[in-house]
Amino acid sequence: MSELEKKENPYLVSSDTIDGEIATLNLGPTHPATHGVFQNVLQIDGEKILSAEPTIGYIHRAFEKLAERRPFNQITPITDRLNYCSSPINNMGWHMTVEKLAGIKLPKKVEYMRVVIMELARIADHLVCNSVIGVDTGALTGFTFMFQQRELIYDMFEEVCGARLTTNIGRIGGFERDFSPKFIEKVETFLKEFPAKFKEFDSLLTRNRIFMDRVIGAGPISAEDAIEYGFTGPNLRAAGVDYDVRVMNPYSSYEDFEFEIPVGKDGDTYDRYMVRQHEIYQSLSIIRQALDKMPEGDYHADVPDFFLPEKEDVYTSMEALIYHFKIVMGETSVPAGEVYHAVEGGNGELGYHLISDGGRTPYRLHFRRPCFIYYQAYPEMIKGSLISDAVLTLSSLNVIAGELDA
Amino acid sequence: MEQKYSTLVDSIKAKHPDAIDASEQLYDIPCIHVNKEHMKALVMDLKESFGFNFLTDLTVVHYPDNKGQELCGSYLFHNWIENVRLRMKVFIATEDNHLPSLVGAFKAANWLEREAFDNFGVLYDEHPDLRRILNMDEMDYHPLLKQYALEDESRRDKDDTFFGR
Repeated sequence: MSELEKKENPYLVSSDTIDGEIATLNLGPTHPATHGVFQNVLQIDGEKILSAEPTIGYIHRAFEKLAERRPFNQITPITDRLNYCSSPINNMGWHMTVEKLAGIKLPKKVEYMRVVIMELARIADHLVCNSVIGVDTGALTGFTFMFQQRELIYDMFEEVCGARLTTNIGRIGGFERDFSPKFIEKVETFLKEFPAKFKEFDSLLTRNRIFMDRVIGAGPISAEDAIEYGFTGPNLRAAGVDYDVRVMNPYSSYEDFEFEIPVGKDGDTYDRYMVRQHEIYQSLSIIRQALDKMPEGDYHADVPDFFLPEKEDVYTSMEALIYHFKIVMGETSVPAGEVYHAVEGGNGELGYHLISDGGRTPYRLHFRRPCFIYYQAYPEMIKGSLISDAVLTLSSLNVIAGELDA
Repeated sequence: MEQKYSTLVDSIKAKHPDAIDASEQLYDIPCIHVNKEHMKALVMDLKESFGFNFLTDLTVVHYPDNKGQELCGSYLFHNWIENVRLRMKVFIATEDNHLPSLVGAFKAANWLEREAFDNFGVLYDEHPDLRRILNMDEMDYHPLLKQYALEDESRRDKDDTFFGR
């Protein structure tokens, strides 16, 4: 570029920065393409990424420290805020951890009810992820379609527990109330109408030439690398490993249901998208089976130490009043012990490592957050790719800032 | 199930008699207590001979009353072929808070160890990039240690003599 050109237009980018010179680019922390607070300092040559340095912790809320001061039932709202796209799974995982510690045996009905709620949450989670992949490739329509469907799932959660996003659903030992007829009706309508709507979304993207050209080969990871980096969940299955906690270590009666674990081959964005698509179909089938086979019984275990008594009883019966007081004041005695319980969250193995010393609060609670563990592979996955592919990789990994930073 | 676990711990003990100090059963997961000197070799052998191909979790627990063994490095391995989990605990003292890094064996350990360093100040030797990860770099303490109370200790309004809070 001549001196004259520079004088006339100082903003003109010199052509020799495109190849040869390395520039530094801050992607995030608040960038519309990153769906959350992620910062990546990229070294770029033209549009090619040479290296990436992620900085995390922007919404770190010290949940593990907070949990050390809260009674067990007050920790459930904390778990809501981990992966907030599928809060019910986090809640259930936590309830099950405490139940394992206290040795609470649940009625079969509660386990089936939990399966229904957890699979609905999984559908909501995967819908967000897949429709956002569409948005990042420029297809906004599918996103609006699927968010309408997600609203219906949130309506169902509202019917069960009164909340939509941060649900705090269920209690240690069961549910606060039985499924209402309205809820069953909503689920039935959803099961009837959703597949057609979802097929529509499917046909918008899955075999769409532009979409396929865009996502196939974007951000791949091999099965060996994925295991080394601690991948779990759909992202691992996209690489071709059929590890699923629901099958490997069944919890909440998952062994009673017939379902398939879809796996991919290349571990790229398209495979991750496809695995999630197929998991949605599997989840629908699990919900159907759970509703059909729903056993008779009580909607909570008989554990007065953990499960709040009926409000009428609190006013009339001495025992109920005592238990109510103990639970609300957080004076329930919990056995000492160390327990690890894992559930298949929206993004993979969500583990709770709980150490109790018999006191009113956990001695130590550690969350195994799948996002946190697999996000460390991100710099390696996007090395050598274009910036637009990096954005796609991030959205298809479905990294949720709440879970990442805890 | 119980039988499978005890034979597993026994066979690890038979192969590494010096490395294992004790063992316990934590609900459904067997746990071995390992000393720091033999830990690295044991982990490599767990991965290669015993099929523990996956590092599920890594964290640290602080026991301030456990004199000489205040910090406990806690590791959870998973054998996906036989579907067996194994927890490994390594106790170290606050004055000598070094642990060998497992990044060489499992890449997943990288950020987990950074998190443990951030929260507990455990120094992982040979870690490629041991920096704080969740908290800000200027922080001069490790917040999950038990000496740091969650709330200001001078607060009196939350005192409750009846419930010991």
